Amino acid sequence: MFGDLLLQTMAILIILLALMALGALLVDVFSDGFGRLSWAFLTSFPSRRASDAGIYPALIGTIFVIGLTALVAVPVGIASAIYLEEYGTGGRWSRLIEINIANLAGVPSIIYGLLGLGLFVRTLGFGRSVMAGSGTLALLVLPVVILSTREALRTVPFTIREASYALGATKWQTVWHQVLPVAMPGILTGLIFALSRAIGETAPLITIGALTYVPFAPDGVWSPFTVLPIQIFNWLSRPQAAFAQNASAGIIVLLLVLLGMNAVAITLRDRYRRFRG
Amino acid sequence: MSRVYEAQSLLPFVTASTTLASEGPSKIAATHLDFYYGQAQALTDLSLGIPPNLVTAFIGPSGCGKSTFLRTLNRMNDIIPRTRVTGEVRIDGQDIYAPGTDVVALRRKVGMVFQKSNPFPKSIFENVAYGLRVNGLQGNRSELNERVEESLRAAAIWDEVKDRLHQSALSLSGGQQQRLCIARTLAIQPEVVLMDEPASALDPMATQRIEELIFELKKTYTIVIVTHNMQQAARVSDRTAFFWLGRLIEYGPTDRLFTNPQEKLTEDYVTGRFG
Repeated sequence: MFGDLLLQTMAILIILLALMALGALLVDVFSDGFGRLSWAFLTSFPSRRASDAGIYPALIGTIFVIGLTALVAVPVGIASAIYLEEYGTGGRWSRLIEINIANLAGVPSIIYGLLGLGLFVRTLGFGRSVMAGSGTLALLVLPVVILSTREALRTVPFTIREASYALGATKWQTVWHQVLPVAMPGILTGLIFALSRAIGETAPLITIGALTYVPFAPDGVWSPFTVLPIQIFNWLSRPQAAFAQNASAGIIVLLLVLLGMNAVAITLRDRYRRFRG
Repeated sequence: MSRVYEAQSLLPFVTASTTLASEGPSKIAATHLDFYYGQAQALTDLSLGIPPNLVTAFIGPSGCGKSTFLRTLNRMNDIIPRTRVTGEVRIDGQDIYAPGTDVVALRRKVGMVFQKSNPFPKSIFENVAYGLRVNGLQGNRSELNERVEESLRAAAIWDEVKDRLHQSALSLSGGQQQRLCIARTLAIQPEVVLMDEPASALDPMATQRIEELIFELKKTYTIVIVTHNMQQAARVSDRTAFFWLGRLIEYGPTDRLFTNPQEKLTEDYVTGRFG
């Protein structure tokens, strides 16, 4: 009884502490940066004068890079997970692949940056383009997508597969019509997690040579680019206080993009949950 | 209640005249069937013929192999890893374990209802339509609607769900879910319906409805039902097979098996001396 109460109190205190830290950060960022937010800030290019500087190339760059990352990592990741979970034989090879994927999920992102530099920028000749950045980030989040998708597929009850097979459905029909829809909320949760990680990454993109000062918006996948975290980092490294305000405003924009992305995923997730329970 | 008891009183007349030796070709015939889960043998040298358009019940204590045998009849055991089968199962003369057998086509012909009702987490309509869709009935909306209604009527659940076809199947009661699963199975027009303890998770009223339904369905389908409820076997079936430790101990007309068992083991089981 006393133990329960103690544990409960401690748990609440710890949660409050974490929330307070997050709250303090948000308050600080918003009080610094909110005043700088304007349509002009969103649509202007960087400038030497803090008051003229805008975030447009970084915002478009982030949308390009994350969009393309998702386009590569989501289908490849989900397909790999389906193969490993539903079609794989569970033999020695499959276990070896499994262990490797779990390890890859824990590799520091700068290592992926070096891989991207060697593979995409140099060997494949993509240059310092959106394509190279997306390829690198896709490799970075792929293990996370695969692991979370497999986890979601595993939660689908065997009885549902059994029912589908008993009606004369093929394996693919069972996976496509029954298993995937049931697993979809879990898969989407994993995707939110993976893409949220990708959107905040700076180190691997700097490694592959993303620019820190870009006076133009990317006009295609072969264009040089910058992204929001790099722009924020760039502004923060300036000595003038006005640029620090720009950085705060940039953080707010980054948070809004992240929230927007998550909102889409959560809406989709709720649609898939409609027929549960 | 009445229909079931009427049915039971008719049973001696229905079954007494048919003996196993004199009947025509079996719908399903198993010969020298052995089945293994990994190293453990679950069925030993099983031979049994199941007549068409009758209800055949498998009884026996837990772990006797009756469910395993049922699942060999539409190769549902294939999806369980490390299982092995030897011997022969013929349905309409075709060996279903022959190499090159189309398992998907087999399962369309031999439908199955499971112990725990397992509707898909979709609408009631979609649950029934799914089997039709994967079997190639695409597009034609009115034909789809017709077949869904027909199947729900055949499973005696239409009146309860006709106003809520597009609600979640999981909003139904346990008994309704099980009848929905039967409707889903009937929709693809199988010839044989396998039922693995279809009423064991249901209350007496829901059980009675399922039993009445089985009595209706045998006019059209060959039904094989696994049950550990001996009263249920006596009420619904024409033939009963008694399994014990993976072997078929005795098989015959239900009435004879319950009133005049030939084997001591069968007698002990049906009189409740073990179970």
